[in-house]
Amino acid sequence: MRKFIALALTYAIVQVLIMTNVISGYFQATLVTVCINIILAVSLNLITGFTGQFSLGHAGFMSVGAYVCALVTMRISTIPGFILGVISGAIAAAILGGLVGLPTLRLRGDYLAIATLGMSEIVRIIFLNMEITNGAAGLNGIPQFINWTWLFIFTAGTVLFLANFVKSAHGRACISIREDEIAAEAMGIDTIRYKVIAFIIGAFCAGIAGAVYSSYFYFLKPDLFGFLKSVDVLVIVVLGGLGSMSGSILAAILLALISTYLQSFPEIRMVLYSLILVIIMIFRPQGLMGSKEISLSVFNKLGRNKLWNITKSRKGGL
Amino acid sequence: MPILSVEKVTKSFGGLAAVSNVSLDLVEGELVGLIGPNGAGKTTLFNLLTGIYMPDTGTISLSVDNERIPLKGLRPHSICQKGLARTFQNIRLFKDLTVLENVLIAMHQNIKYGLLTSFLHLPAYKREEGKLVEESIELLRIFDLDKKKDEFAKNLPYGEQRHLEIIRALATNPKLLLLDEPAAGMNPAETANLMDVIGWIREKFDLTILLIEHDMTLVMNICERIYVLDYGMVIASGTPEEVRTNKRVIEAYLGEDVGNA
Repeated sequence: MRKFIALALTYAIVQVLIMTNVISGYFQATLVTVCINIILAVSLNLITGFTGQFSLGHAGFMSVGAYVCALVTMRISTIPGFILGVISGAIAAAILGGLVGLPTLRLRGDYLAIATLGMSEIVRIIFLNMEITNGAAGLNGIPQFINWTWLFIFTAGTVLFLANFVKSAHGRACISIREDEIAAEAMGIDTIRYKVIAFIIGAFCAGIAGAVYSSYFYFLKPDLFGFLKSVDVLVIVVLGGLGSMSGSILAAILLALISTYLQSFPEIRMVLYSLILVIIMIFRPQGLMGSKEISLSVFNKLGRNKLWNITKSRKGGL
Repeated sequence: MPILSVEKVTKSFGGLAAVSNVSLDLVEGELVGLIGPNGAGKTTLFNLLTGIYMPDTGTISLSVDNERIPLKGLRPHSICQKGLARTFQNIRLFKDLTVLENVLIAMHQNIKYGLLTSFLHLPAYKREEGKLVEESIELLRIFDLDKKKDEFAKNLPYGEQRHLEIIRALATNPKLLLLDEPAAGMNPAETANLMDVIGWIREKFDLTILLIEHDMTLVMNICERIYVLDYGMVIASGTPEEVRTNKRVIEAYLGEDVGNA
């Protein structure tokens, strides 16, 4: 119950800030980017952090969601059309995830990373050459439906569902694969099935992120979903901590803040950004949160003057 | 009908026959030892039984409820689901998870809720998880590990890690339990305790047990029958007394002072 109150509060506060124009147009765009990155990072964390499958294909799944949603909403420019677009985008990405996952998830580590990277590039090239996606010029004038309410529903929904999932028996099965695949098999867990499940769920959420992207920024071109986009997401996941949902959220927000702040130093912006990443990784190689989660029981302890109550992962609520 | 029957199983790696033409039978309820010098192929045989390796030739079959199930070609997880569980010689716990989580994962077959419930934490989630946790703690009591349920598996002392491996195998609800050197690295007192517990779990869970062990006190004391492997072949089998006095066994491995062990 507590987490729903916290979520409602977050929603209300930001909504008020937007209505009073404290969060202006420019910051709204940042807010959307942060939320998209949160969706991308928690879903990649399920694949890489929790299930232990090194994937570099997240941009590919995102692009499928983005293009499918854009194509649907451009034809049906209504709210139901938009919802249909998001759902079909996510499902298309999930199908791609399953198709790619089944043959490649027998690979491990670096090999899987290269295979997923290849998949992502193939998807990009396909979009670059298709008539319906308007090739390199991209799609323009996609109807904009995303506002803070929708953004919040998709972001909070994804985070809640995934956080619930990793705390369930099915989520534990995924975690056991990361811990020791042979032991997991020997304990009766169908490791291939669960790897594919994690992949499909991750791809589905990445598809949602893509759909949100296309519907807010109303412009798509294949270049947006290159290799670097996948790496960006991976950076957030590693920085936040592999196997920590709250870590991914924290890192997505932190990186956006750093990035925004650094706009004042355009010439050396990327140098500083990289430098900050290097420094954080030197001092926190396990990521900001390791595999721990921030728990909302923090509110119980406020009276006792404890601000953070960091409990072991999967035990506290999110 | 034997619960496990292995017929003429051979497995080669390159030119080396790690297991060659091995046949053995386990009758339901038996406690059988598998011994042999290092490199004799004992663990390879376990890996063949549990589906980690596939035999080159020969058949392996498990009989559960009068039904004969060929195991060859099944993946390890389905062999486990058929009722054959194991522990590992080089402990393979989920080290960064808690003791309780290790057992919960092994209870995977007992989950009665689907993916949708996982996402939404529907009422079935709380009910089923509560049941699983209760059952897991019950199992942990066997080795007094219930007090340590929230510790990370990697922080347990070595002996308790071995105990947890056994509990985790039991959590899969097996008919046949394969123990790979359960007493390795334990002191005599711990080994004595382990012997008692192995006997006790066999009664309590209606198990048939096949164990690999180098500790001859343990093997000679609790096993009803023993198979001896050397260079991948069964060189002797029989009661502890028969094996102890078998010439080939003494030559191959046990040495002459085994009679005093």
